[in-house]
Amino acid sequence: MIYRETGNFVTNYFKDREIFPLKFDKIIVVLGLLILYLYVPTTSEYTLSAHVIPILAVGLATVGLNILTGLTGQLSLGTAGFMCVGAFSTYNLMLRMPEGLMSLPVALLFSGIFAGLVGVIFGLPAIRIKGFYLLVSTLAAQYFVWWFFNSYAWFLNYESSGVVAIPPKMYDYWGLGNLLGVDMQGYPARYVLALTVCLALTYFAKNLLRSNTGRNFMSVRDRDIAASVMGISVPRTKLLAFFVSCFYCGVAGGIYSFLYIGNVDLMIYEIDRSFTILFMLIIGGLGSISGSWLGAIFVYEFPIVFTWIGDTIFQGAFNTAVVENVSNMVYGIFIIALLIREPGGFAALWGTTKQKLRMWPYPH
Amino acid sequence: MDWVYLIEVLVGGLMSGVMYSLVAIGFVLIYKSSGIFNFAQGTMLLFASLTFVKMTENGIDFWTSLFIAAGIMVIFGIATERYVIRPLANQDLLALFMATVGLATFQEGFSQFVWDSDVHGLQMSKFLDIGLLDPAPIFVSDHVPWLDILIPKFDIFASLVAGSLIVILAFFFQKTKTGLSLRAVSDDHMAAMAVGIPLQTVWAVVWAVTGVIALVAGLLWAERVSVSFTLIEAVMKALPVILIGGLTSIPGAIVGGLVIGVGEKLGEIYLADVFGGQGIELWFAYFMALIFLIFRPQGMFGEKLIERV
Repeated sequence: MIYRETGNFVTNYFKDREIFPLKFDKIIVVLGLLILYLYVPTTSEYTLSAHVIPILAVGLATVGLNILTGLTGQLSLGTAGFMCVGAFSTYNLMLRMPEGLMSLPVALLFSGIFAGLVGVIFGLPAIRIKGFYLLVSTLAAQYFVWWFFNSYAWFLNYESSGVVAIPPKMYDYWGLGNLLGVDMQGYPARYVLALTVCLALTYFAKNLLRSNTGRNFMSVRDRDIAASVMGISVPRTKLLAFFVSCFYCGVAGGIYSFLYIGNVDLMIYEIDRSFTILFMLIIGGLGSISGSWLGAIFVYEFPIVFTWIGDTIFQGAFNTAVVENVSNMVYGIFIIALLIREPGGFAALWGTTKQKLRMWPYPH
Repeated sequence: MDWVYLIEVLVGGLMSGVMYSLVAIGFVLIYKSSGIFNFAQGTMLLFASLTFVKMTENGIDFWTSLFIAAGIMVIFGIATERYVIRPLANQDLLALFMATVGLATFQEGFSQFVWDSDVHGLQMSKFLDIGLLDPAPIFVSDHVPWLDILIPKFDIFASLVAGSLIVILAFFFQKTKTGLSLRAVSDDHMAAMAVGIPLQTVWAVVWAVTGVIALVAGLLWAERVSVSFTLIEAVMKALPVILIGGLTSIPGAIVGGLVIGVGEKLGEIYLADVFGGQGIELWFAYFMALIFLIFRPQGMFGEKLIERV
C-alpha cells in the first residue's frame, strides 16, 4: 500500500517508455537528486573525501563491470587494470595537451575512450575463448597494464617515486573556479563533478539495459549460439560490451585518482581491487545497475564500519591485525551466506522489499 | 647460443613448472568433480603450511604435525563441502566461484587469526635426514663431465614428491571404488546420481583430498619461498597452468605446469631485453596461455565443448 502502482495510467507511447513510470519513483528520484546536490556537498570534508567520493568511483567501475559480466556474461578480472589505464591517460592528457584545451571532464571522456580501446584489444580473444578460460585474457590485461605503466617512466613524467601528486592547476576547468569564486580543488567541487559524471553514466547504463543493444548483450549472455542464430553478431556484441565496460572503468579510474586520492599511484590498481569490484558486483546482484551501487556502498563501508564497531566496543583492546583478520572472516562468511540465501544479491532483496511494500499491510 | 646454459635453463624451468603443477592439480580435481573454479586453493596452501609450521615451532615432531595438519585439512574440506558447496548446489557457476572467493577471504582471515601473520621460514632438513634436503646443489659435471650445470637438490626432491603424489592419485582414481565414483561424477552428475553414487560424499572426498594436496604443495612452496601471505599468490601462478592444460585434465595440469615453467624461464632470458624492462614474468605466463587458447580454446587436454541450441 505504501508503494502504489495504481492510478498511474499510460496515455501515450512516450510515457510508456519512461525510465521511472511511477509517480512515487519520480518523487523519490527528485528528492534524492536534491539531497545529493544540495545537502551532501555541505557535509564535512571528511565524509566527502573518505566515504562519498571513493564510493562514487568504485561504484562506477562496478557498473562498468556489470555491463561486461552481468549483462554480457564475460567474466573479467581486469577491472583495476582498465581503471589504471583511465587514471594514467587522464593524467597524461592533462599534462601533455596544451593548456586551455584540456579540462578534467574532457580528459575523463577521452581516457574512458582510451581504456575502452585497450579493453577491446584484450577482449578480442573473447571471440574464441569462452567461460572461465576467458579469465586468462582479462588477467593478462591486468598484469600487462600494470607492468607497462610500471616499466615506462614516461607515463609518470619520470617521477622516480612512482607516485605523482596531481598539480593544483589541473583542477582549473578553464578558470571556472575563479569565475564562480569556488575552490575547485576542494572536496565539494570534486564531489559535484564526480556525482554528475556518475549520474550521467548510470543513466546511460540504465537506458542501455532497456535498449536493443542491451538486449543483444543479454542474449549473448544467455545463449550465444541462439543469439547468433537469431542474427546477432556475437563477436561485435562482445567487443562492444568490452568497449562500454572498459569506458566506464577508465572514467572510474580517472575519478579515483583525480577526485578521490589526488595522486596517480600504481599501487592502488593491483589485482585485489579487481576482486573487490567483482565482489561489489556479485553482492549487488548481476545485471542490476542499482544493485551495483548498493553493492559498492556495502563492500566499501563494511570494513570501515566493522573496524569502527570493534574499536568502540573493545576500546582498542585488540591490535589492528586481529581486527582486520576478524573482519576478513566475517566478510567471507557473509558473502557465502548471502550467496546461499539470495544468489541475486541486494538487487533481489530490494525486489522482495518492493513487493512487500506493495502488499503492505496485507500479506497476500 | 650456449647450449649447456640452455639446458640449465630448461631444467630450472621444468623444476619450477612442477611447483605450479602441484597447485594446479588441486584446482583440476575440484573443477572436474563439481565444475567449481576453486579460488580458495591459495589460501588452503597458506592455511595448511601455516598450521604445520606453527606446530613444529611448538616442538611437535615432523610426522605428528604432518599427520595433524593433514587431518585438519580433511576436516576443513569436509566442512567446506557441507556448509558452502552443498547449499549452493545447482547454482550459477559464477555464484559458486564467488563463494570460493568468499571462502578464500574467510580462510585468509582465519589462518592469520588462529596462528599469526608473521613470515615463517621452513627448513625440512631440520626434521628429515634425507640427503636431497641438503641446501647445496648438485654439480652435474661431477657425474657427466661435459654437462656443466647446477641443479638444486631441493628441486629434485620436490619433483620426486610431486611425481609420487601423481602416482598415488592415479592409483586412487583408477583402482579404488571411490576413485571410480569420482570419475563417474566428473563424467556426468545426473547419471552418477541415477546409478546410486552419493554425490555429496564424493564431493566431500574431493575437497578433503584437495586439502591434503594443498598441504603437500604448501610445504614445498614454503620451503622454497617462506610461509607467509605471499603463498596466496601461488594461486595466480597456477591459473594460466590449468587454463593451458585444460580445466578438466590432471595430465593437463602437469604438462601445463611444465610448459609454463619452461616458457617463463625462456621468456625471461630471451625476451626480457626486447621489452626493455624487468619483470615480464608478471604477465608472460598469461600471454602464453592466451596465445595458446586462441588456437585451442579448451586447453591441451580439456574436454571439447560441443554446443547445441
